[in-house]
Amino acid sequence: MSNQVEVQNVIKSFGSVKAVDGVSLEISEGQFFSLLGPSGCGKTTLLRLIAGFEVPNSGNILIDNKSMDGIAPNFRPTNMVFQNYAIFPHLNVEENVSYGLRKKNLSKNEKSKMINDSLDLVGLSGLNLRSSNALSGGQKQRVALARALILKPKVLLLDEPLSALDKKLREQMQSELRHLQRAVGITFVLVTHDQEEALTMSDKVAVMFDGKVEQIASPRELYEKPSTQRVASFIGAMNFTNGKILNSGKVLKIKSNILGEFELPMNQISGKPTDENIEIGIRPERIKINPVKTNSKDLIDGKIIDISYFGETTYYKLKCGERSETLNVSTQNSFGQMDYKIGELVKFEVDNKSIVGFYS
Amino acid sequence: MSNSGKYLKIFAFSYLVFLYAPSLLLPIFSFNKSQVIAFPLTGFSFQWFETLLYQDSLHQALKNSLIVAISSCILATILGTLASRATTRYDFKGKQVSLTFILAPLILPEIIVGVSLLIVLIQLGITLNVWSVILGHTLLLTPFSIIIMNSAFNNLDISLEEASMDLGENQFGTFYRVILPLVLPGIIASLLIGFTLSLDEFIIAFFLTGTDTTLPVYIWSQFRFPKKLPTTMALGTILLIVSLILLSLSEYFRRRTSRSNNSILEE
Repeated sequence: MSNQVEVQNVIKSFGSVKAVDGVSLEISEGQFFSLLGPSGCGKTTLLRLIAGFEVPNSGNILIDNKSMDGIAPNFRPTNMVFQNYAIFPHLNVEENVSYGLRKKNLSKNEKSKMINDSLDLVGLSGLNLRSSNALSGGQKQRVALARALILKPKVLLLDEPLSALDKKLREQMQSELRHLQRAVGITFVLVTHDQEEALTMSDKVAVMFDGKVEQIASPRELYEKPSTQRVASFIGAMNFTNGKILNSGKVLKIKSNILGEFELPMNQISGKPTDENIEIGIRPERIKINPVKTNSKDLIDGKIIDISYFGETTYYKLKCGERSETLNVSTQNSFGQMDYKIGELVKFEVDNKSIVGFYS
Repeated sequence: MSNSGKYLKIFAFSYLVFLYAPSLLLPIFSFNKSQVIAFPLTGFSFQWFETLLYQDSLHQALKNSLIVAISSCILATILGTLASRATTRYDFKGKQVSLTFILAPLILPEIIVGVSLLIVLIQLGITLNVWSVILGHTLLLTPFSIIIMNSAFNNLDISLEEASMDLGENQFGTFYRVILPLVLPGIIASLLIGFTLSLDEFIIAFFLTGTDTTLPVYIWSQFRFPKKLPTTMALGTILLIVSLILLSLSEYFRRRTSRSNNSILEE
């Protein structure tokens, strides 16, 4: 697969604020690519740079190996779905969807076939003449998609398209968007602050903080092997505790207050070594709680100090170690799962293969 | 509580009476048979409206007024639309200062505006005619147009323009297909209010009119002849009704701008 979009060392400042600060990334053809980050991290600005609504201070953006420098939005092979959908209120559904077709020389029949095809694609068949003011949020979303896809862009840009929808509809649209993307095969670039959305929908995710890309990886890699502590705590939940490195070599021997001495392979560690200190990250679902009477010397003692019940999962807060550190543990409330009470003494174990280390 | 409520009602009622009762006298006496403006009324008659049909100087004044009103409301709306577009969409140095100066005629006493315009025009050697009145009225109406157009443009979501560009339209196409239709009710409201204000305006017209009298100036000149008072009242009645219709229409269009644009933002 070739690179469809290439962002090369792009910088964009607004006054003294660097919204995008030297970002480089590559997006392959047909990929579902997400820009993920907290608000103000520059992800929307980056999307608007690709669309051509903003001009970079320096750096270059290429689409299909063609520089987009000096090319206005109306001449770029990109189309955008706006956060508030930007449906033209004075036009009906059909007029909205066919808005971009005016300049293409099409017969009336071709035009109406294209309109109906794209309305079919987004599940709005038959609503051609519906006034855009009479549309629900989800329907506006679909009109915005149809309006962009009818022009067969090389890249579809989506600016937080689902943030205005309620939870149920959002989840439904997530899977629909994914299906749609596979069906049309167009490269999608999605901006979102919702890590769950990014993980479930994307082939690849770029995590951004303060105008810089911190990590670009597949959702699984991002979750299981975050490259920095910031990424680790932004994507899902993670327990952090510090440890001391006892040796050097391919497998590090580490001593931690909670876990005691254990070994960590180098490929589970990110960053550059500085001193003997290392930050250890453990996902809450990679910790297993056992009853206190379990007989095994590999288990660690702990005490349950808080419980939050979420239906399919339960979160426990464990107190453990010499310094009474706390660990968050999540358990699936599946068949045969034990229940524990606040104040109960337990023994727990950690899946060593899922531990990640960050040089601090 | 109930007492203060009662007093408030009395106050509000008398306020409205003082405000509108004099205007109601106008239509009442314009249909009165007697030439004398006094109660009791002597009978119903259309005669004063009939005499309006045979006064050439009145017709000339009406024609002048229409020329002035139409030209100045169009000019002011064009200027107001451009100024409002510039100030609502773009940031530039001296924006606030220039806006304040453009809006100043709203609060400046008209007599001062009228006198100073007169002095300037005479110094420049420009003859006073309908065109000088159009100039003065455009100055007066532009602030109103800016205020109306500001609310129209402020309600216009910038992402609609971006969406249009994104879908392949250029600046001109975007203006024609998106911006214009969405601010059109504001433009119509501005035209109607401008027309009404210009049609009724007296002071500036009085100073700048020269020999091409406008309707209000003509009416004023008629007050010297007590005989003609009922006819003038008939004319005033017509003006009152026309103004009311135009203002209601413009209010309708002004509300439509904010409503049609707000409904997008609701969800």
